[in-house]
Amino acid sequence: MKIHEYQAKELFRNAGVAVPRGIPCFSVKEAVEAAGTLAAQGVKAFVVKAQIHAGGRGKGGGVKIAKTREDVEPLAKQIFGMTLVTHQTGPEGKLVKRLFIEEATPPKREMYLSLILDRDRGCVSVLASSEGGMEIEELAHTNPEKILTLPVDPSTGWQAYHSRKLTSFLGLSLDPKSPGNLAGQLHTFMDKLYAMFVAKDCSILEINPLAIIGEGESSKIIALDGKINFDDNALKRHPDVASMLDPDEEDAAELEAAKWDLNFISLYGNIGCMVNGAGLAMATMDIIKHYGGDPANFLDVGGGATAEKVREAFKIITKDKKVKAIFVNIFGGIMKCDTIAEGVIAATKEVGLKVPLVVRLEGTNVAKGREMLEKSGLAIISASSMSDGAQKAVKAMKEGL
Amino acid sequence: MSVLLNKDSRIIVQGITGKTGLFHAMGCRDYGSKVVGGVTPGRGGQTVEGFPVWDSVTDAVKKENANVSMIFVPPFGAADSILESIDAGVELIVCITEGIPVLDMLKVKEFLNKTNHRRKTAGQNMIRLIGPNCPGIITPGQAKVGIMPGYIHKVGSVGIVSRSGTLTYEAVHQTSELGMGQSTCIGIGGDPVKGMEFIDCLELFNNDAGTESIVMIGEIGGTAEEDAAAWVKKNCKKPVVGFIAGRTAPPGRRMGHAGAIISGGSGTADSKMAAMTAAGIRVAPSPAEMGSTLKALLAERGGRA
Repeated sequence: MKIHEYQAKELFRNAGVAVPRGIPCFSVKEAVEAAGTLAAQGVKAFVVKAQIHAGGRGKGGGVKIAKTREDVEPLAKQIFGMTLVTHQTGPEGKLVKRLFIEEATPPKREMYLSLILDRDRGCVSVLASSEGGMEIEELAHTNPEKILTLPVDPSTGWQAYHSRKLTSFLGLSLDPKSPGNLAGQLHTFMDKLYAMFVAKDCSILEINPLAIIGEGESSKIIALDGKINFDDNALKRHPDVASMLDPDEEDAAELEAAKWDLNFISLYGNIGCMVNGAGLAMATMDIIKHYGGDPANFLDVGGGATAEKVREAFKIITKDKKVKAIFVNIFGGIMKCDTIAEGVIAATKEVGLKVPLVVRLEGTNVAKGREMLEKSGLAIISASSMSDGAQKAVKAMKEGL
Repeated sequence: MSVLLNKDSRIIVQGITGKTGLFHAMGCRDYGSKVVGGVTPGRGGQTVEGFPVWDSVTDAVKKENANVSMIFVPPFGAADSILESIDAGVELIVCITEGIPVLDMLKVKEFLNKTNHRRKTAGQNMIRLIGPNCPGIITPGQAKVGIMPGYIHKVGSVGIVSRSGTLTYEAVHQTSELGMGQSTCIGIGGDPVKGMEFIDCLELFNNDAGTESIVMIGEIGGTAEEDAAAWVKKNCKKPVVGFIAGRTAPPGRRMGHAGAIISGGSGTADSKMAAMTAAGIRVAPSPAEMGSTLKALLAERGGRA
């Protein structure tokens, strides 16, 4: 699960990680009030930031500086409700429904920092670069020597020597008497950030830019942006994080599927798929493509699905207007073929069947499942194998009912 | 011959008093596996469906001489159950549970590595973990420890290793239909941090006299398939057929399995298939052709199918 910048910064602040002062707003009126509140705290200049999950907001015109409190309102009006197009939103863009009004903290220096669950090393790794504001993937490609990777042993956690390595790599002084003691600040920052990453079961956390602001003794290390992805498997033990989900950022069909504990992802094609098992579901998409079709979705109904769950899954697929044919591909292990048949029949009775339906059943209780479908009187095209089914689905999609 | 599991394996089930745990304990027993009991803390001394229940894995190992554990404990308790089995010295641990937080698995992996390091120094056997989020392991005709439908398997000489459950069934079904059976099938699971990797399984198959050919089924995400391909090129004497699921998956999305995410241009199906081909692994053009690709490869090599 992903969250907004303002939510990430709230988690940072609660963990004791330095961030600028800021207030999230859900209307232009709230933005004006927020500017007033911050001004009362002594803030002179502001940043008005669009809150959408995609990156590249600045370049797309979703981040503006307000030099005075009065400038906040026109900028908020401009950004709130705009359709923001960035390299990550796709050409259709994303409607801005939330703003973040923050104190402007002009950076003296910008750096890059991220923490990732490093599957290859089996630990949390910290990535850093003295080049801030850049796409890290691009930098990894062009100048890999400019990126520091620090794997952190899970049994030791973040240690002071990690901080010293990081401090030196970023070209900062290790002398505690240097102006502002940035080395000491960075250690506190990292120690708390790492603890938060582990405590909240994050999977990726990115701060780009990590900045140094202020001069001399008043120099500060601060997170100017924040992006966090969480491990979905752990969400149930973090209700505070789970409640940060923004339904506007999620696909409606995917949210509906999540309610039924279905693994569902919307895609761009027109052949709806219902499969059991993630690997088989991916392979089903592949084989549809192999025969010249395009899958409309990824859907894994899971191992122990009930007829009710199958019915809901089927309804989600048929709701999609793009879908011109449906391919049900089941290899029953735990999942029984008669359960699938029962769910499919119940769903078609409820919502009707407006597009061709190809069904391939194999595995546990296959004879019973096939018999139920035959007796249902539904116009089902039955397939003898996965490839037969995919070919029939592609053909049916072209010819229609 | 087989790897890891045979008719003499003595199996316990952690979480045996749960609905799913009990259902599959019975399923494995029906297949012929020696399921000698189960563990549910606080239920020690009871019996369910003829299975004696113990309070701890250590008790079960002591009383029943168990050497395999199958885990059906819910996600937030499953890592602890694996740790308990490692601590009790169970040599084969099969964790079926789906949805264990990744950070929990990091601790498990760390403890497993340390324990195995110590055991190696002491001259003891390695502890093997299969999974989590996997269908388990089966040696056809001898024993199954997992949730796969036993009847699609046939005794034979194809070793199968896979990250996906149902796609493994597909490969089993295809090889069985073509008259080839399986020596052992291992579902290593779809999680990013897990126990046995492809290479561990390939090494066992390569050294197993009963395995004459290998099918390896990967997915997008991570670099385990690339690493395995490099290993095959250097070490494997037996014919290998490969398949990668997820050619058409959009980048950055989690395709059901937590491990199946392509990011930053690495872990794509194309890069994995290229690595396999370069290593002399025959890549099946579609998931429906894993069996036929193997059959053709064996015919070319003049081997027995």
